[in-house]
Amino acid sequence: MSYLEHNLKTVPTGLRKILYFNWGLALLLTAVASVGFIMLYSVAGGTLMPWSEPQMKRFAVGFVLMFFVGMVPIWFWRNIAGLAYIATFILLLVVEFFGDVGMGAQRWIDLGFMRLQPSELMKINVVMLIAAYYDWLDIKKVSRPLWVLIPVVIILLPTALVLKQPDLGTAILLLTGGAIVMFCAGVHWAYFAAVIASGVGLVSAVFASRGTTWQLIKDYQFRRIDTFLDPSMDPHDAGYHITQSKIALGSGGWSGKGFMQGTQSRLSFLPEKHTDFIFTTLAEEFGFIGCITLLVLYGLIILFCISSAIDNKNRFGALVTLGIASTFFLFYAVNMAMVMGLAPVVGVPLPLVSYGGSAMLVLMVAFGVVQSAHIHKPRGR
Amino acid sequence: MRRSAGDTALSARKITRRSLFLGASQLAFMGVLGLRMRYMQVDQADEFRLLADENRIRIHLLPPARGMIYDRLGTAIAENEQTFRIVIRREDSADLDQSLAALERLIGLSAEDQARVRKELKEANPSAPVTIADRMDWDSFTLVAANGPALPGVTPDVGLSRNYPLKGDFAHVLGYVGPVSERDLAKLEDPDELLTIPKFQIGKTGVENKLEDVLRGQAGTLSVEQNAYGRIIRELGRKEGTQGAAVQLTVDHRLQNFTHAILAGESAAAVVIDVETGDVMAAASAPSFDPNLFVRGISYAAYDSLLNNDHRPLPAKTVQGAYPPGSTFKLVTAMAALSAGVIGAEDTVYCRGYTEVGGRRFHCWKRSGHGAVDLVGSLKYSCDCYYYELAQRAGIEAISDMGRKLGLGEAFDLPMSAVSSGLLPTKEWKLANRGTDWVVGDSLNASIGQGFVLTTPMQLATMAARVATGRMISPRLVRSIDGVEQPLLDGAPLDVDQNLLRQVRKGMYAVSNDPRGGTAYRSRIADDTMKIAGKTGTSQVRNAVVNNNNVPWEQRDHALFVAFAPYDNPRYAVSVVVEHGGGGSTVAAPIARDIMLFALHGGLPPLEAYPSDQRGAAQARFDALDLRDTLAATKPQSRA
Repeated sequence: MSYLEHNLKTVPTGLRKILYFNWGLALLLTAVASVGFIMLYSVAGGTLMPWSEPQMKRFAVGFVLMFFVGMVPIWFWRNIAGLAYIATFILLLVVEFFGDVGMGAQRWIDLGFMRLQPSELMKINVVMLIAAYYDWLDIKKVSRPLWVLIPVVIILLPTALVLKQPDLGTAILLLTGGAIVMFCAGVHWAYFAAVIASGVGLVSAVFASRGTTWQLIKDYQFRRIDTFLDPSMDPHDAGYHITQSKIALGSGGWSGKGFMQGTQSRLSFLPEKHTDFIFTTLAEEFGFIGCITLLVLYGLIILFCISSAIDNKNRFGALVTLGIASTFFLFYAVNMAMVMGLAPVVGVPLPLVSYGGSAMLVLMVAFGVVQSAHIHKPRGR
Repeated sequence: MRRSAGDTALSARKITRRSLFLGASQLAFMGVLGLRMRYMQVDQADEFRLLADENRIRIHLLPPARGMIYDRLGTAIAENEQTFRIVIRREDSADLDQSLAALERLIGLSAEDQARVRKELKEANPSAPVTIADRMDWDSFTLVAANGPALPGVTPDVGLSRNYPLKGDFAHVLGYVGPVSERDLAKLEDPDELLTIPKFQIGKTGVENKLEDVLRGQAGTLSVEQNAYGRIIRELGRKEGTQGAAVQLTVDHRLQNFTHAILAGESAAAVVIDVETGDVMAAASAPSFDPNLFVRGISYAAYDSLLNNDHRPLPAKTVQGAYPPGSTFKLVTAMAALSAGVIGAEDTVYCRGYTEVGGRRFHCWKRSGHGAVDLVGSLKYSCDCYYYELAQRAGIEAISDMGRKLGLGEAFDLPMSAVSSGLLPTKEWKLANRGTDWVVGDSLNASIGQGFVLTTPMQLATMAARVATGRMISPRLVRSIDGVEQPLLDGAPLDVDQNLLRQVRKGMYAVSNDPRGGTAYRSRIADDTMKIAGKTGTSQVRNAVVNNNNVPWEQRDHALFVAFAPYDNPRYAVSVVVEHGGGGSTVAAPIARDIMLFALHGGLPPLEAYPSDQRGAAQARFDALDLRDTLAATKPQSRA
């Protein structure tokens, strides 16, 4: 067990852990979440309900969860990674096969106080399991084909299920998040080059399949791609989202129209203005300055994680930190690219800002694991 | 598994290298996002801001108030009244089904209306309001306004609609407005944007139609901010339209009302002209109709009954009705012959009851003949033979030329619909239109206003005015537009010998005032300062000479009378045509006298103006008149 590699005396114990808690990261997360509260307040037309207040409560719960998860030694999280993966995978199977029949096509499990989407949980579990796998694996075997195949299967199993739902956004996040952990673990460049090359081939194949009997993706997914490529083609239906989102964003200008003055979001031209498209409200009301500020906050979170990972001699801790940070990065990068018209609309929320219980709590738990890795990293003298 | 120190170092090195690469890639991607933001929010901001404004700002057309129309006394004879209505615009009608269903519940909007709204929405300009319900009562209107949130896209609107307070009195002069139609639009090359508003009212006939351009006004705009569901959040700016110009007509609504009242029951027309200015003081065509019916949308049944009425209420008989002028035309024939020098005023012609030309007998109305008559006598007795002789001497061309000089045969430039030019026949005209040569008999018929000659009541009044003044008086209907006085029409002296005109006037005086055979002596005016001078006419609508009382209405003669007064200082000229009325002296002349007296007095005349033996009848006549209340109050009590 790798935690035995290091002298336990170099790891803080008891209440001293609080001193080693990554308070800077916690502060950044709170700052980003606060941006969310403000925007949800604005989107609701200047009221705390129905979005801002529940979001605050969830963040408070999430913050406490992060704290306690962080207090738990990192090796505990490594040891349960496999179990958590299997449990989540079963949940995913349940909603996939029984959700359709028994629960009216729902993708979530009602926990009473919140609805849990197994696919949200899976994003973190894949990262954790692969990190644990590379922690276990002999470092010399990392690039051997057989040993590369195992994490690929770990990634592809849930990805296939999620894709079948179909949830293109989550599938992309699972795939890319897992791949990034593999990349950080030191898997040879050539594999990634090969995958990217075949990916390009696959995309070509998907387009070639259009209209044929072996069509690989759904018609509506094709249409989304079409409208992404040319939103003006269909300004009233599918392209409407992108066009209106771009108008809201662009019309913000340098400093925006002012808090609560966003005409686009205020007048309901924007779809899902409190979830996937909340960034456009920020962009419209606070302009370029507001957008860059949020982007810098997000960047700082990544920076804090990477620096924590580089400084971490614990292989699992480092890999899981990088994986979670990268998943977080993928969230906001894909979301922003989407609302700015750089990527197709795939339904990825803006992390910690978009309204949504599952995503918020799962992310906070994930950052709890990052905190745990940070607190429990070997601090040799 | 315990890892060797070497492996741990290798792991750390690798993770550091890879994570730095990863971090760099992520930073690069964030750079791309940042640059994209900059591009959209800084470089392209103006463009997107414009798009955002277009998204939420709608420009609605505000229909301008139509110009008011006043009579010469400043009384509104065409005005705008507020109507409560609800409209919807296509660009806001996303939830049409919901809105219509809610309206059905709220105000009981019928299925036909719903279908009509759907159809009109489909065809209308996206920003043009389509009327859902018009002329709503206040309760329904407030009910709709209060339920705004449940009625996406539906806008309560206080609109203006044309109203004619004097109803039928000016129906033929003003015409009426109606909703713009496909046909109206097709006629225009570059239609005003306003016309794209469904149901926008435009002039269909009469002054409303002819002066449409000045009456319509300029559209205003209302910019509103609205949300994606079409609900108006707030008004951003309102630019009121410009109301159409106020038009003042030359008519006098009291005289018009009196004229209509006195013509009641007849199929008739009467025109009063100010002989100094040519101002049309009254132009009544009876029976009339309520133009408001057309504004509000007339029912088929009501329209049918107007169309099928044998008294023809719809056309303006004053300018559209072309009647054989009968003996009133003798003024023209007399002037033509005198001017041509083929007869002197004192020269006489012997009337033995008929004239024989080319083996055909042309009878005088008096079978026993008038004996020797001179000019004044011929007018006084309305002797036909005298004019048969004049026609033979002067010829049709001279007669028609004189007719033109006196205002006949040409359409006046009046802002009324279908102004007729009447007809003054010439030899070429007959050859071209009838294919036969002009014969002397045609001239004889024309000389007494029969045959081919046709005139309108407006022309006859103008003729009387020209005879009365010796000047080129032309009728004028529009006094001022937007306060700017319209120029008086050419009033230059007529190209005739004024002395000859004086002789003709003397004859007209005799018609009305000579107790020894004046055909309109009974319709004289007793007041010495207001002596009337006129000419009767009875134009045949059939050939056989039969007693009028024994034939059906539509075969009876037209009764005509033209006159001016006061004789020594003319102010007004009057023409009266009563279709199938019988004799000009018995039917038309009394009517003309009543109208003339009303015009001269500016109200109901005192009974002293009538010969003493007719005062009782005049009082009874006035009492029976169906005058508007404001006029009835001025009914004079007998001072006798």
